[in-house]
Amino acid sequence: MSAIVHQHVPLTHPRLPRWAPALVGVISLALAALLGISLGWGPVGIVVVALLVYLVGLPVWSRLVENRRAATNRFVTTLVWVSLGIALVPLGSLLWKVISLGAPQVNGRFLTWSMKNVFGESGGIYHSLTGTLIITLIATIISVPVGLMTAIYLVEYGAKSRTASAIRFLVDVMTGIPSIVAGLFAYALFTLLFGPGTKIGFAGGLALSLLMVPIVVRSAEEMLKLVPDDLREASWALGVPKWKTILKVVLPTALAGIITGVTLAVARVIGETAPLLIACGATTAVNLNPASGQMSSLPVFIYFSYTQPGANPKILQDMAWGAAFVLIVVVMVLNLIARVAGKILAPKTGH
Amino acid sequence: MSVIEQKAGSPKRRLGDLVFANLTFGSGLLILVALAGVAIFLTIQGIPGFSAKAADLDGHANFIAYVWPLVFGTLLAAAIALLIALPLAMGVALSISHYAPRRLAVVIGYLVDLLAAVPSVVYGLWGISFLGPRLAPLYGWLGTHLSWIPLFKGPALNSGRTILTAAIVLAIMILPIITAISREIFMQTPRLNEEAALALGATRWEMIRLSVFPYAKSGIVSAAMLGLGRAMGETMAVAMVLSATGIVSFNLISATNPSTIAANIALKFSDSTGVQVNALIASGLVLFVITFIVNFAARAIVSRGDVRNK
Repeated sequence: MSAIVHQHVPLTHPRLPRWAPALVGVISLALAALLGISLGWGPVGIVVVALLVYLVGLPVWSRLVENRRAATNRFVTTLVWVSLGIALVPLGSLLWKVISLGAPQVNGRFLTWSMKNVFGESGGIYHSLTGTLIITLIATIISVPVGLMTAIYLVEYGAKSRTASAIRFLVDVMTGIPSIVAGLFAYALFTLLFGPGTKIGFAGGLALSLLMVPIVVRSAEEMLKLVPDDLREASWALGVPKWKTILKVVLPTALAGIITGVTLAVARVIGETAPLLIACGATTAVNLNPASGQMSSLPVFIYFSYTQPGANPKILQDMAWGAAFVLIVVVMVLNLIARVAGKILAPKTGH
Repeated sequence: MSVIEQKAGSPKRRLGDLVFANLTFGSGLLILVALAGVAIFLTIQGIPGFSAKAADLDGHANFIAYVWPLVFGTLLAAAIALLIALPLAMGVALSISHYAPRRLAVVIGYLVDLLAAVPSVVYGLWGISFLGPRLAPLYGWLGTHLSWIPLFKGPALNSGRTILTAAIVLAIMILPIITAISREIFMQTPRLNEEAALALGATRWEMIRLSVFPYAKSGIVSAAMLGLGRAMGETMAVAMVLSATGIVSFNLISATNPSTIAANIALKFSDSTGVQVNALIASGLVLFVITFIVNFAARAIVSRGDVRNK
């Protein structure tokens, strides 16, 4: 007969109150502000110190009241949120900088003038806008058919064959081609075809299409895969040939997603600078002919205006900010269109 | 007896099907041809560059001596960028997949996409005019107090246009792609594994460490490698931010910085002539080969992981 020992085992651990993180946050911010104001730090210094105090304070309190594991958990939770904050600070700072410096530059003259024969005053970015439009259009015209057809092959014909998986794999690898290498490729190709130093709008479009095709392929492939097999089989059962099934049943069903993917791909390449720098060069005049002569584009204009502003650095650097603002607005609008188009054109589900 | 007898199960091939199937297959092949074309045309145009003389190679004796400092700079900047971006991306991805409430997670996802949508030249603009000058005082402090560490030997550059600034800008630029891939993989962790861990009394962090990370290991590795490849090929931000002299040095905050292959091409291309252009294209070929290998390895890891998880 062993003696029964009544030992009290608590079923719950002591926990910090729900408001503990908030309390520690306020205290550490107050401490840091007090220190910072008395020692004369900037707001950045105060926030950094407050974070450090919080990062130490909360786990220590948790260690004292709760246990080591809970303390670690609280520490990691804080780290996760802090890293999110750190990641978003540059975005906010960048957008603020571009809007505050760029938006005042944009006016009628800025959007409708070129830089031809403009000296010592601010001109416009019309030549770069048209250039960007033409080059991106060429890239889209090349990449959408090729990308879409490849996606159709991968989903409808190749499926799990060895060739299809090889293509799929290499398309993935292609998404990682540095943009400047695409530019060099276009330059090298046009040098071989038309002699050295050929810098034309078409070469830029080709370079961009090399970057755009993989994005189109992958997004279109994902969308085609989402089309239910029932639809295909129903069509075949009615005696419709496979190619007609794809054109009349599969593609319309996936259209919304494909348009979204293409728009995102356009948004992705419209800001590319390096390939256009190599393949199209830059000019100050409006050039609407992609087959001859250098062609300016928004990103290249930003680059040259800021880094090689010439005699009146202030004017051209301000214009660079204005052009950056326009470029960002274009990219954002494209992203918005992609999302809205995806929502509006999406096939009505419910079968 | 009839000639048009058909075997069961193999219907008549229609002309439309034949044309369409071959057309789609052809465009698939066209992509492969384009990829091969990149290598071929860069090689053709690069060959004169491999045997260029010192006059066309910025005074370097041969092509190897010319390209080595650039390769060094490319790897150094990309490695530092990855070192900064990877922990941050893990945090952001976890906040989306496991920490934030659903609605907030969607918003964070949008913001990260926004970060990816900003063109590289705008990052360059921001880096040279805002980030560099803001970091300069920090470099000054590092240069005076921590100069015994070789990385911060200094003397610090006043404009802040150092390789460390370039690497920080690169880190911001590769953050979205690493985040996007890791987030996808974190979210695919089997729900049962997570709930089992929680049911055994694991805290949220222990659940992530025991069930999410082991599952996502190969995905994280490949996300990091894709980010590395992106950082190595990124051109404009580095070309604008970095005040490059093209030396080999681990000193991160001084006025003499290693250049990167891509930035070097962008900076020198418009002023180069003759064999100088060929040398630049040859260095581009080197960059292509390096990034191709990194991306190839990363994708191979991903697809191997796919097979295992099925």
